[in-house]
Amino acid sequence: MNNKKGFIDFISTNKVVHIVLSIVLGFLVGAIFLVVLKIPVGAAYGKLFAPFTNLKGISYIIVYGIPYIMTGLSVAFSFKTGVFNIGCEGQFVVGSMAACLLGILCPNLPSIVLIPLCFIAAMLAGAIWGIIVGFLKIKWGINEVLSMIMFNWIAFYLSNFIAGIPAIHSDGSAEATKSISENAQTLLSDETIANLGLCPTANWGIIIAIIMTIVIWFIIEKTSLGYELKAVGFNKDAALYGGINVNKSILLALAISGAMAGLGGALQLMGMGRRISIFSSQEGFGFAGIVTALIGCSNPFGVFVAGLFYGSLMYGGSKLNLVGAPTQLVNVIVGTVVFFIAISVIFTNLKYLKGLFKKKEVKNVNGGEK
Amino acid sequence: MSNFISELGVIIYATLIYTPALLYAALGSCFSEVSGVINIGIEGMMTVGAFTGAAVAYFTSSPMLGFLCAGIAGMIFGALHASATVLLNADQTISGTAINMIGPGLAILVARALFDSTDTIPLSPEQKMPLLFRGIFDTSTTFGKFMENVFGTYVSTYLVFVLVVVVWFIFYKTKFGLRLRSCGEHPEACETLGINQGFIAIAAVIFGKFRPQGALIGCLLFGFCSGLKVVLGGSGAINMQIISMIPYVVTVIVLILFVGKSHVPTANGKPFIKSR
Repeated sequence: MNNKKGFIDFISTNKVVHIVLSIVLGFLVGAIFLVVLKIPVGAAYGKLFAPFTNLKGISYIIVYGIPYIMTGLSVAFSFKTGVFNIGCEGQFVVGSMAACLLGILCPNLPSIVLIPLCFIAAMLAGAIWGIIVGFLKIKWGINEVLSMIMFNWIAFYLSNFIAGIPAIHSDGSAEATKSISENAQTLLSDETIANLGLCPTANWGIIIAIIMTIVIWFIIEKTSLGYELKAVGFNKDAALYGGINVNKSILLALAISGAMAGLGGALQLMGMGRRISIFSSQEGFGFAGIVTALIGCSNPFGVFVAGLFYGSLMYGGSKLNLVGAPTQLVNVIVGTVVFFIAISVIFTNLKYLKGLFKKKEVKNVNGGEK
Repeated sequence: MSNFISELGVIIYATLIYTPALLYAALGSCFSEVSGVINIGIEGMMTVGAFTGAAVAYFTSSPMLGFLCAGIAGMIFGALHASATVLLNADQTISGTAINMIGPGLAILVARALFDSTDTIPLSPEQKMPLLFRGIFDTSTTFGKFMENVFGTYVSTYLVFVLVVVVWFIFYKTKFGLRLRSCGEHPEACETLGINQGFIAIAAVIFGKFRPQGALIGCLLFGFCSGLKVVLGGSGAINMQIISMIPYVVTVIVLILFVGKSHVPTANGKPFIKSR
């Protein structure tokens, strides 16, 4: 009985367990849909998890996961500081474009100069995109969610516009920019890829993602800046009373959050895309960042794992049609996972079951005596 | 002059194509925002509604039934969001994000099952909403052409403007509206009561300071700018991407110049815990 009690307490109080349970339930719901659609569950989930079984698949997961880790960090950081950075999408796009412009216009700079320049430019672009929104809020009191949604679209069309400028646009027939200089790419060498049997877009962007995960954790947990930002997020009025410059904090939080998203855009471009296409709709890396931050409990290390998890689903999902299952299944699964995370209070309420167990046992004892 | 009038007619027509979808969503958003629930999930609910409407209209050949079922489908997802946030203390952003993922995914899964395709089958004219006023104006005159443009689109387009008045009436002239609004301000005081178009609809609501008549102006502004995009885009004089940017830039400028601080319902986004 003690064991049982301990087990229920473990389930009902541990946040990580809630997330794992949510993921299991998400896959269960996905399985139900597969059964309804008369698609073999084993075959579909086999395809989804196949990448984990070999080095090539794992390299795909990592490469797919990088942008989600970065946008996830961006959103998670904003959550910690009380701002909801729904503008992550736009910051990602301008960051990507800033790196792209440098990569096309300064092709002859050596990698050791060009790559850091691209990173810095992308972070600046993302930060500025975030600061503008913060400024509108501070100066004119304009609701940040509203202006972020506007600036996501402004970034989207700006990127399309720049990609269409003759000096930037591809010389070929592709509706995209030119490819960035090889000096601006973060790809591993062809030999390494061939020797290890990795995916063709294997790149070292993940190292930057790891560093940034640690940096964000450090800022939040170990610096007075992080303390101030958290204080503002927790209670703006109390922070103001406590002598914290709230306006400055909002700007800084949005700048750091934007910089992470912008860097994510650069990493995606310099490793995966290598050029920017003219899109007809938003790519959704920013919105995926919201999901990643939620699954990762807004903890930087949690976000890192969640980003890789999301990356694996996106890559695995792209292979689902091979067994006749729709790629969209992945979205239903992830959406269900997020929904169960939202209502994770149901797991907490397992505590009430303890009472039920007790009653049952008492009844059993009585029954035994008779 | 007659040239101007017919151009104006075309712009109004284009505005009327873009506005209604936004406005329906924005009116819905008004309800939830004003009662203190952020509805990020509008996007997902719209997709589910769109799919349901198209599928029902296709199978029953009754556009009105499709229209109704679309609303009911949205309502089911709204109820899901409501029960998660109100009964189970779910964070409203998280629940809304989940609905945004589940909605479109579900729509496509069901489309696969029903049509063996990710799209619904295009509706024939008689399966679409009726064009109630088309053909009653004499298009040989400039004025007739103008009226044909203004009143030449689906009946659901004009219905939404009636709904704005209805929602306004509910909000400000009924007991329910008063309760709804007071829930958004002080949930403790009334314990007895229980894209991407979606995001733009949300923006329009914030723009309209969480009032239905304000949301109407927000949606019309968006619709007008989107309509302008179509009219100007045809000329090819200005870059299409820059024109597409106009609605969003205009919104920000209008906010800076005229609207400024919008009062977010005090309890917006906060989970309501009854015993507090």
